[in-house]
Amino acid sequence: MHGFIAIYLREMLILKRRFKRQLAGMAVSPLLYLVTFGYAMGGLIQFGDVPYLHFLIPGLVAMASMTQSFAIASDINIARFYWNIFEEFQAAPISRLAYAAGETLAGMTRAFIGVAVILLLALLFGVRLSYGPLFWLAVFLNSFTFAALAVAMAMLVKSHADQALLTNFIITPMAFLGGTFFPIDKLPDWCQAILYCLPLTHASHAIRAVALGYPAATADYLALLAAGLVFFWLALYAVGRARD
Amino acid sequence: MIRIENLQKSYGAARAVDGVDLTVNRGELFAFLGPNGAGKTTTIRILTGLTKIGSGRVTIGGCDIAQNPRAAKRQCGLVAQHINLDSELSVRENLDIHGRLFAMPAQERRRRIDELLEYVEMTNRADHLVKQLSGGLKRRLMIARALMHQPRIIFLDEPTVGLDPAIRRRIWALIKRVRQDDATIFLTTHYIEEAEFLADRVAFLDQGKIVALDQPQNLMAKLGLWAIDQISGENMETHYFQSRDEAAQFSAGHDSAFTLRRVNLEDAFLSLTGKKVS
Repeated sequence: MHGFIAIYLREMLILKRRFKRQLAGMAVSPLLYLVTFGYAMGGLIQFGDVPYLHFLIPGLVAMASMTQSFAIASDINIARFYWNIFEEFQAAPISRLAYAAGETLAGMTRAFIGVAVILLLALLFGVRLSYGPLFWLAVFLNSFTFAALAVAMAMLVKSHADQALLTNFIITPMAFLGGTFFPIDKLPDWCQAILYCLPLTHASHAIRAVALGYPAATADYLALLAAGLVFFWLALYAVGRARD
Repeated sequence: MIRIENLQKSYGAARAVDGVDLTVNRGELFAFLGPNGAGKTTTIRILTGLTKIGSGRVTIGGCDIAQNPRAAKRQCGLVAQHINLDSELSVRENLDIHGRLFAMPAQERRRRIDELLEYVEMTNRADHLVKQLSGGLKRRLMIARALMHQPRIIFLDEPTVGLDPAIRRRIWALIKRVRQDDATIFLTTHYIEEAEFLADRVAFLDQGKIVALDQPQNLMAKLGLWAIDQISGENMETHYFQSRDEAAQFSAGHDSAFTLRRVNLEDAFLSLTGKKVS
């Protein structure tokens, strides 16, 4: 437990030092999406009786909880490849579980701050949705999934450049295709089948359903939980492999 | 305190450590001396759990590092070759996180941090961010951090590399002080004077193998006490003598340029391996 607290606390101290910059960074892209897609173009689009801005915000919540939690991979990499701090953890008598859990929770914390920023922006745009416990459960599972994936990837890559490449190939496509900006149920079946393999699609569905007051599908939560557990197991394995 | 039996580690076809056998006694200041690439850092990385053991067996304070790594790590403090501090955290925070990693209770962490900052003369820097510190101060902080959990063995991997001579001497004084506090110290270096000045015993490491192991004065005494570098044209030849008189006699019989000096560990290393350490 002490190892887990040390790892998590260290990340929080660094987050505290960079908090203002970090917060501004978390607000920029959602604000641009809200202005461009929601405000400027959104008036032209309506899904059923849901205005586009209302449709978009839960998608942005799903996207932000993914990107912010996955961003912990960059911090881990900087600590590993530039500052060599990872050696300090390897030489300490702590378990792989303590390390992986501490970093995963740090990623999740970033995700929750990112989501809070979006909900505040939504309020500024005059949008009020339902944010009940199932909303937060979906955010929790989504951020757990992508923080765990981030820890695994950060351990498996050999350089910081590889990490940027992974973000480009995994996170950016998922951000656009995972039901963030458009409903995927209008797409052909084969295309839907592919997109339902993405964890973010399940997160967008669950978060949007609850936020707009529709019943949430248990399957989405189970899919996220399963992905999260697989990625966390992968993270544990990868931490052990990170020694040369 | 440290027992190493037939330690080997390869990277592909290259053997970084090639059958090292070694025992380091309690309270001893032991130095690995060798040129870059001799296998010093790889050995220290294996002993401290940063690199997987290839083959062989290592016990630290009686704990096998492969079978009981956490018990072995608890006894060790490591000062790595490069700066590996959290530059965005303060001096105090760096020490505190280290204490937490080693399960030190809050009160003990606070007491030990104050004590160590005084020890390395950094009390007035406690709340400075590490990125504001000079290279010498960062090195001192790394030593303080390695001592934080009161380890029985301290590994120092090239502790003064890249530091100017005045700061190097200050770090040496600090290492000598640590040693007086009943710790076992395992040091790697490619600085001759560092090994001569600090170590009780020195092992010469070349291409992953120990080629000699003894007290510094014994390693040097095999050649003699005095050396004469004879310079003729572009060549330099070194001759060794047991006494200054013998050396003087030798130089009187020749008319080329001479430099008379004490034998050092570089001479001993060169005579055994045909290479210079640095």
